[in-house]
Amino acid sequence: MSKFQKKRGKSSPEISTASLPDIIFMLLFFFMVVTVLRDASLKVSVNVPNATELTKLEKKSLVNYLHIGKPLANYQELYGTKPSLQLGDKIAKISDIPLYLEQHRNTVPENQRTGITASLKVDGEVTMGIVSDVKTELRKANQLKVNYSAKPRVD
Amino acid sequence: MGKTSTRDRVSNEINAGSMADIAFLLLIFFLVTTTIDVDKGVLVKLPPWSDEPPPELELNERNVFSVLVNSENQLLVREQLTNIGELRERAKEFIMNPAGRPDLSKSPKQAIVSLKNDRGTEYGTYLEVYNELKAAYNELREEESQKRHGKAFEYITDDERKAIRRDIPLVLSEAEPSDFGEE
Repeated sequence: MSKFQKKRGKSSPEISTASLPDIIFMLLFFFMVVTVLRDASLKVSVNVPNATELTKLEKKSLVNYLHIGKPLANYQELYGTKPSLQLGDKIAKISDIPLYLEQHRNTVPENQRTGITASLKVDGEVTMGIVSDVKTELRKANQLKVNYSAKPRVD
Repeated sequence: MGKTSTRDRVSNEINAGSMADIAFLLLIFFLVTTTIDVDKGVLVKLPPWSDEPPPELELNERNVFSVLVNSENQLLVREQLTNIGELRERAKEFIMNPAGRPDLSKSPKQAIVSLKNDRGTEYGTYLEVYNELKAAYNELREEESQKRHGKAFEYITDDERKAIRRDIPLVLSEAEPSDFGEE
Protein backbone atom coordinates (compact mmCIF):
# COMPACT_ATOMS: atom_id res chain seq x y z
CA MET A 1 0.00 0.00 0.00
CA SER A 2 2.68 2.38 0.92
CA LYS A 3 4.11 2.12 -2.55
CA PHE A 4 0.97 3.39 -4.27
CA GLN A 5 0.40 6.15 -1.80
CA LYS A 6 3.87 7.42 -2.31
CA LYS A 7 3.33 7.74 -6.05
CA ARG A 8 0.05 9.51 -5.67
CA GLY A 9 1.62 11.90 -3.30
CA LYS A 10 3.97 13.17 -5.99
CA SER A 11 2.68 15.89 -8.28
CA SER A 12 1.30 14.19 -11.40
CA PRO A 13 3.90 14.44 -14.16
CA GLU A 14 2.48 16.23 -17.21
CA ILE A 15 2.52 14.53 -20.55
CA SER A 16 5.18 16.08 -22.67
CA THR A 17 3.70 17.86 -25.66
CA ALA A 18 7.07 18.50 -27.19
CA SER A 19 6.54 15.80 -29.81
CA LEU A 20 3.10 17.07 -30.78
CA PRO A 21 4.40 19.28 -33.59
CA ASP A 22 6.32 16.33 -34.96
CA ILE A 23 3.21 14.18 -35.03
CA ILE A 24 1.22 16.93 -36.72
CA PHE A 25 3.99 17.47 -39.24
CA MET A 26 3.98 13.81 -40.04
CA LEU A 27 0.25 13.95 -40.77
CA LEU A 28 0.80 17.12 -42.72
CA PHE A 29 3.41 15.54 -44.94
CA PHE A 30 1.18 12.56 -45.50
CA PHE A 31 -1.62 14.75 -46.75
CA MET A 32 0.73 16.90 -48.79
CA VAL A 33 1.96 13.84 -50.59
CA VAL A 34 -1.42 12.27 -51.30
CA THR A 35 -3.12 15.52 -52.19
CA VAL A 36 -4.24 16.28 -55.67
CA LEU A 37 -5.37 19.85 -55.57
CA ARG A 38 -9.06 20.12 -56.25
CA ASP A 39 -9.31 20.92 -59.90
CA ALA A 40 -11.31 23.68 -61.45
CA SER A 41 -14.66 24.38 -59.94
CA LEU A 42 -17.49 23.03 -62.01
CA LYS A 43 -19.79 25.31 -63.93
CA VAL A 44 -21.97 22.49 -65.20
CA SER A 45 -23.90 20.01 -63.13
CA VAL A 46 -22.57 16.52 -63.63
CA ASN A 47 -24.17 13.47 -62.12
CA VAL A 48 -22.44 10.51 -63.71
CA PRO A 49 -24.44 7.32 -64.32
CA ASN A 50 -23.80 3.98 -62.67
CA ALA A 51 -21.95 1.09 -64.24
CA THR A 52 -20.34 -2.18 -63.24
CA GLU A 53 -17.43 -2.73 -65.62
CA LEU A 54 -15.17 -0.08 -64.18
CA THR A 55 -11.50 0.61 -64.60
CA LYS A 56 -9.60 2.76 -62.18
CA LEU A 57 -7.77 5.74 -63.57
CA GLU A 58 -4.26 5.26 -62.35
CA LYS A 59 -2.12 8.31 -62.92
CA LYS A 60 -3.95 11.55 -62.47
CA SER A 61 -1.31 13.55 -64.28
CA LEU A 62 -2.09 11.58 -67.44
CA VAL A 63 -5.79 12.32 -67.35
CA ASN A 64 -7.58 15.26 -68.82
CA TYR A 65 -11.16 15.93 -67.91
CA LEU A 66 -14.05 16.94 -70.12
CA HIS A 67 -17.24 17.77 -68.29
CA ILE A 68 -20.56 17.82 -70.07
CA GLY A 69 -23.81 18.84 -68.42
CA LYS A 70 -26.35 21.57 -67.96
CA PRO A 71 -24.84 24.83 -66.70
CA LEU A 72 -25.42 25.42 -63.00
CA ALA A 73 -28.28 27.74 -62.00
CA ASN A 74 -26.08 30.78 -61.45
CA TYR A 75 -24.44 30.42 -64.87
CA GLN A 76 -27.62 29.78 -66.82
CA GLU A 77 -28.10 33.47 -67.60
CA LEU A 78 -24.72 33.49 -69.26
CA TYR A 79 -24.65 30.13 -70.98
CA GLY A 80 -28.30 29.11 -71.28
CA THR A 81 -29.72 25.79 -70.21
CA LYS A 82 -28.52 23.59 -73.03
CA PRO A 83 -25.93 20.97 -72.10
CA SER A 84 -22.48 22.49 -72.46
CA LEU A 85 -18.90 21.35 -72.42
CA GLN A 86 -16.49 22.52 -69.77
CA LEU A 87 -12.76 22.32 -70.38
CA GLY A 88 -10.55 23.26 -67.48
CA ASP A 89 -12.37 26.00 -65.61
CA LYS A 90 -14.42 27.48 -68.39
CA ILE A 91 -17.28 26.63 -70.68
CA ALA A 92 -15.88 25.95 -74.11
CA LYS A 93 -16.90 25.15 -77.62
CA ILE A 94 -16.34 21.73 -79.08
CA SER A 95 -13.80 23.20 -81.50
CA ASP A 96 -11.63 24.16 -78.49
CA ILE A 97 -10.93 20.52 -77.66
CA PRO A 98 -7.78 20.01 -79.79
CA LEU A 99 -6.06 23.01 -78.22
CA TYR A 100 -7.02 21.88 -74.74
CA LEU A 101 -5.68 18.38 -75.39
CA GLU A 102 -2.50 19.80 -76.88
CA GLN A 103 -1.90 22.02 -73.86
CA HIS A 104 -2.29 19.06 -71.55
CA ARG A 105 -0.10 16.87 -73.76
CA ASN A 106 2.73 19.36 -73.49
CA THR A 107 2.82 18.99 -69.71
CA VAL A 108 3.36 15.24 -69.96
CA PRO A 109 6.80 13.74 -70.53
CA GLU A 110 7.16 12.40 -74.04
CA ASN A 111 7.57 8.77 -73.10
CA GLN A 112 4.28 8.76 -71.20
CA ARG A 113 2.14 10.43 -73.82
CA THR A 114 0.65 7.20 -75.11
CA GLY A 115 -0.96 6.68 -71.73
CA ILE A 116 -2.98 9.86 -71.78
CA THR A 117 -6.63 9.22 -71.12
CA ALA A 118 -9.53 11.56 -71.63
CA SER A 119 -12.04 11.24 -68.84
CA LEU A 120 -15.52 12.12 -70.00
CA LYS A 121 -17.61 13.19 -67.06
CA VAL A 122 -21.03 13.38 -68.56
CA ASP A 123 -24.33 13.90 -66.81
CA GLY A 124 -26.65 10.91 -67.21
CA GLU A 125 -29.48 13.00 -68.61
CA VAL A 126 -27.53 14.68 -71.36
CA THR A 127 -28.51 13.58 -74.84
CA MET A 128 -25.99 11.79 -77.02
CA GLY A 129 -25.80 14.58 -79.60
CA ILE A 130 -23.17 16.64 -77.83
CA VAL A 131 -21.42 13.50 -76.59
CA SER A 132 -21.00 12.16 -80.12
CA ASP A 133 -19.71 15.52 -81.30
CA VAL A 134 -17.12 15.47 -78.53
CA LYS A 135 -16.21 11.88 -79.38
CA THR A 136 -15.73 12.78 -83.02
CA GLU A 137 -13.52 15.69 -82.05
CA LEU A 138 -11.47 13.44 -79.78
CA ARG A 139 -11.01 10.99 -82.62
CA LYS A 140 -9.91 13.76 -84.93
CA ALA A 141 -7.41 14.90 -82.30
CA ASN A 142 -6.15 11.33 -82.07
CA GLN A 143 -7.09 11.03 -78.41
CA LEU A 144 -8.45 7.53 -78.54
CA LYS A 145 -8.20 6.37 -74.96
CA VAL A 146 -11.41 7.48 -73.37
CA ASN A 147 -12.87 6.74 -70.00
CA TYR A 148 -16.59 7.25 -69.45
CA SER A 149 -16.64 8.25 -65.84
CA ALA A 150 -19.18 6.32 -63.80
CA LYS A 151 -20.08 5.42 -60.27
CA PRO A 152 -19.84 1.81 -59.17
CA ARG A 153 -23.13 -0.03 -58.97
CA VAL A 154 -23.74 -3.15 -56.98
CA ASP A 155 -25.55 -5.77 -58.97
CA MET B 1 32.66 42.81 -22.98
CA GLY B 2 29.12 44.03 -23.27
CA LYS B 3 28.89 42.07 -26.48
CA THR B 4 29.17 38.72 -24.81
CA SER B 5 26.31 39.58 -22.51
CA THR B 6 23.95 40.21 -25.44
CA ARG B 7 25.05 36.97 -27.00
CA ASP B 8 24.18 35.21 -23.81
CA ARG B 9 20.71 36.66 -23.98
CA VAL B 10 20.21 35.29 -27.50
CA SER B 11 20.52 31.79 -26.21
CA ASN B 12 16.96 32.11 -24.94
CA GLU B 13 15.12 29.62 -27.10
CA ILE B 14 12.43 30.68 -29.53
CA ASN B 15 9.07 29.68 -28.21
CA ALA B 16 8.07 26.62 -30.18
CA GLY B 17 4.63 26.42 -28.67
CA SER B 18 2.90 27.88 -31.72
CA MET B 19 4.61 25.42 -34.04
CA ALA B 20 1.82 22.92 -33.51
CA ASP B 21 -0.78 25.54 -34.38
CA ILE B 22 0.94 26.43 -37.61
CA ALA B 23 1.26 22.79 -38.51
CA PHE B 24 -2.41 22.28 -37.69
CA LEU B 25 -3.36 25.13 -39.95
CA LEU B 26 -1.44 23.64 -42.86
CA LEU B 27 -2.82 20.22 -42.07
CA ILE B 28 -6.40 21.48 -42.19
CA PHE B 29 -5.72 23.24 -45.47
CA PHE B 30 -4.51 20.03 -47.07
CA LEU B 31 -7.32 18.03 -45.51
CA VAL B 32 -9.85 20.34 -47.12
CA THR B 33 -8.25 20.42 -50.55
CA THR B 34 -7.59 16.69 -50.75
CA THR B 35 -9.84 14.67 -52.98
CA ILE B 36 -9.62 11.08 -51.94
CA ASP B 37 -12.35 9.81 -54.23
CA VAL B 38 -10.86 7.65 -56.94
CA ASP B 39 -11.94 8.24 -60.47
CA LYS B 40 -13.46 5.19 -62.07
CA GLY B 41 -15.16 4.61 -65.33
CA VAL B 42 -15.75 2.48 -68.38
CA LEU B 43 -12.58 2.41 -70.46
CA VAL B 44 -13.15 2.68 -74.18
CA LYS B 45 -10.85 2.78 -77.14
CA LEU B 46 -12.22 4.92 -79.94
CA PRO B 47 -11.48 4.05 -83.55
CA PRO B 48 -9.03 6.39 -85.27
CA TRP B 49 -10.55 9.10 -87.40
CA SER B 50 -10.34 8.93 -91.14
CA ASP B 51 -11.86 11.34 -93.60
CA GLU B 52 -12.80 8.67 -96.06
CA PRO B 53 -15.98 6.78 -95.42
CA PRO B 54 -15.27 3.30 -94.05
CA PRO B 55 -15.21 0.55 -96.67
CA GLU B 56 -18.41 -1.35 -97.13
CA LEU B 57 -17.90 -4.73 -95.58
CA GLU B 58 -19.77 -7.76 -96.68
CA LEU B 59 -20.90 -9.13 -93.37
CA ASN B 60 -22.76 -12.27 -92.82
CA GLU B 61 -25.92 -11.19 -91.09
CA ARG B 62 -25.75 -13.98 -88.58
CA ASN B 63 -22.51 -12.58 -87.20
CA VAL B 64 -23.87 -9.13 -86.45
CA PHE B 65 -25.53 -8.34 -83.15
CA SER B 66 -27.17 -5.03 -83.83
CA VAL B 67 -28.29 -2.89 -80.94
CA LEU B 68 -30.27 0.25 -81.62
CA VAL B 69 -31.16 2.75 -78.94
CA ASN B 70 -33.72 5.33 -79.97
CA SER B 71 -34.43 8.77 -78.60
CA GLU B 72 -37.09 7.32 -76.31
CA ASN B 73 -34.35 5.20 -74.75
CA GLN B 74 -35.91 2.01 -76.10
CA LEU B 75 -33.80 -0.89 -77.19
CA LEU B 76 -34.04 -2.75 -80.46
CA VAL B 77 -31.85 -5.82 -80.45
CA ARG B 78 -31.77 -7.70 -83.73
CA GLU B 79 -35.10 -6.20 -84.77
CA GLN B 80 -36.71 -7.08 -81.49
CA LEU B 81 -37.81 -4.73 -78.75
CA THR B 82 -35.81 -5.78 -75.71
CA ASN B 83 -35.49 -4.87 -72.07
CA ILE B 84 -32.09 -3.75 -70.95
CA GLY B 85 -32.13 -6.52 -68.33
CA GLU B 86 -32.14 -9.19 -71.03
CA LEU B 87 -29.40 -7.60 -73.11
CA ARG B 88 -26.47 -9.23 -71.35
CA GLU B 89 -27.84 -12.77 -71.61
CA ARG B 90 -28.81 -12.31 -75.25
CA ALA B 91 -25.39 -10.93 -76.10
CA LYS B 92 -23.66 -13.83 -74.37
CA GLU B 93 -25.83 -16.37 -76.14
CA PHE B 94 -25.17 -14.66 -79.46
CA ILE B 95 -21.40 -14.55 -79.04
CA MET B 96 -20.82 -18.09 -77.87
CA ASN B 97 -23.77 -19.72 -79.66
CA PRO B 98 -23.56 -22.86 -77.50
CA ALA B 99 -26.45 -24.58 -79.28
CA GLY B 100 -24.91 -23.97 -82.72
CA ARG B 101 -27.99 -22.15 -83.98
CA PRO B 102 -27.72 -20.99 -87.58
CA ASP B 103 -28.96 -17.49 -86.83
CA LEU B 104 -26.37 -16.69 -84.16
CA SER B 105 -22.67 -15.95 -84.45
CA LYS B 106 -20.55 -18.57 -86.19
CA SER B 107 -17.78 -18.27 -83.63
CA PRO B 108 -16.85 -15.72 -80.98
CA LYS B 109 -14.05 -14.48 -83.23
CA GLN B 110 -16.45 -13.52 -85.96
CA ALA B 111 -19.06 -11.93 -83.73
CA ILE B 112 -19.53 -8.23 -84.17
CA VAL B 113 -21.60 -6.06 -81.92
CA SER B 114 -22.97 -3.03 -83.67
CA LEU B 115 -24.27 -0.20 -81.55
CA LYS B 116 -26.22 2.70 -82.90
CA ASN B 117 -28.04 5.45 -81.11
CA ASP B 118 -29.96 8.62 -81.86
CA ARG B 119 -28.69 12.05 -81.01
CA GLY B 120 -31.62 12.27 -78.62
CA THR B 121 -30.69 9.15 -76.65
CA GLU B 122 -29.90 9.83 -73.03
CA TYR B 123 -26.25 9.34 -72.16
CA GLY B 124 -27.23 7.34 -69.08
CA THR B 125 -29.03 4.78 -71.22
CA TYR B 126 -26.20 4.65 -73.73
CA LEU B 127 -23.65 3.97 -71.03
CA GLU B 128 -25.88 1.35 -69.47
CA VAL B 129 -26.14 -0.47 -72.80
CA TYR B 130 -22.40 -0.17 -73.38
CA ASN B 131 -21.79 -1.46 -69.89
CA GLU B 132 -24.04 -4.47 -70.44
CA LEU B 133 -22.25 -5.37 -73.68
CA LYS B 134 -18.86 -5.05 -72.04
CA ALA B 135 -20.10 -7.07 -69.09
CA ALA B 136 -21.23 -9.83 -71.44
CA TYR B 137 -17.72 -10.07 -72.89
CA ASN B 138 -16.09 -9.90 -69.48
CA GLU B 139 -18.32 -12.69 -68.18
CA LEU B 140 -17.53 -14.86 -71.20
CA ARG B 141 -13.81 -14.34 -70.73
CA GLU B 142 -14.17 -15.13 -67.08
CA GLU B 143 -16.01 -18.37 -67.87
CA GLU B 144 -13.42 -19.27 -70.49
CA SER B 145 -10.63 -18.66 -68.01
CA GLN B 146 -12.32 -20.87 -65.43
CA LYS B 147 -12.78 -23.60 -68.02
CA ARG B 148 -9.20 -23.47 -69.34
CA HIS B 149 -7.17 -22.72 -66.27
CA GLY B 150 -9.56 -23.11 -63.35
CA LYS B 151 -8.59 -19.67 -62.21
CA ALA B 152 -10.18 -16.26 -62.38
CA PHE B 153 -9.34 -14.09 -65.39
CA GLU B 154 -7.58 -11.69 -63.05
CA TYR B 155 -5.11 -14.29 -61.82
CA ILE B 156 -3.93 -16.03 -64.97
CA THR B 157 -0.71 -15.02 -66.69
CA ASP B 158 -0.53 -12.27 -69.27
CA ASP B 159 -0.02 -14.72 -72.12
CA GLU B 160 -3.03 -16.78 -71.14
CA ARG B 161 -5.06 -13.63 -70.86
CA LYS B 162 -3.95 -12.52 -74.31
CA ALA B 163 -4.94 -15.90 -75.75
CA ILE B 164 -8.41 -15.62 -74.30
CA ARG B 165 -8.73 -12.04 -75.50
CA ARG B 166 -7.77 -13.22 -78.97
CA ASP B 167 -10.34 -15.99 -78.94
CA ILE B 168 -13.11 -13.80 -77.60
CA PRO B 169 -12.29 -10.40 -79.01
CA LEU B 170 -14.46 -7.45 -78.16
CA VAL B 171 -15.49 -6.06 -81.50
CA LEU B 172 -17.90 -3.25 -80.90
CA SER B 173 -18.61 -1.00 -83.80
CA GLU B 174 -20.42 2.23 -83.22
CA ALA B 175 -22.27 3.79 -86.07
CA GLU B 176 -22.70 7.52 -86.50
CA PRO B 177 -25.82 8.48 -84.57
CA SER B 178 -28.94 9.38 -86.45
CA ASP B 179 -30.41 12.84 -86.01
CA PHE B 180 -33.56 12.10 -84.07
CA GLY B 181 -34.74 13.78 -80.93
CA GLU B 182 -31.95 16.31 -80.50
CA GLU B 183 -33.07 19.07 -78.13
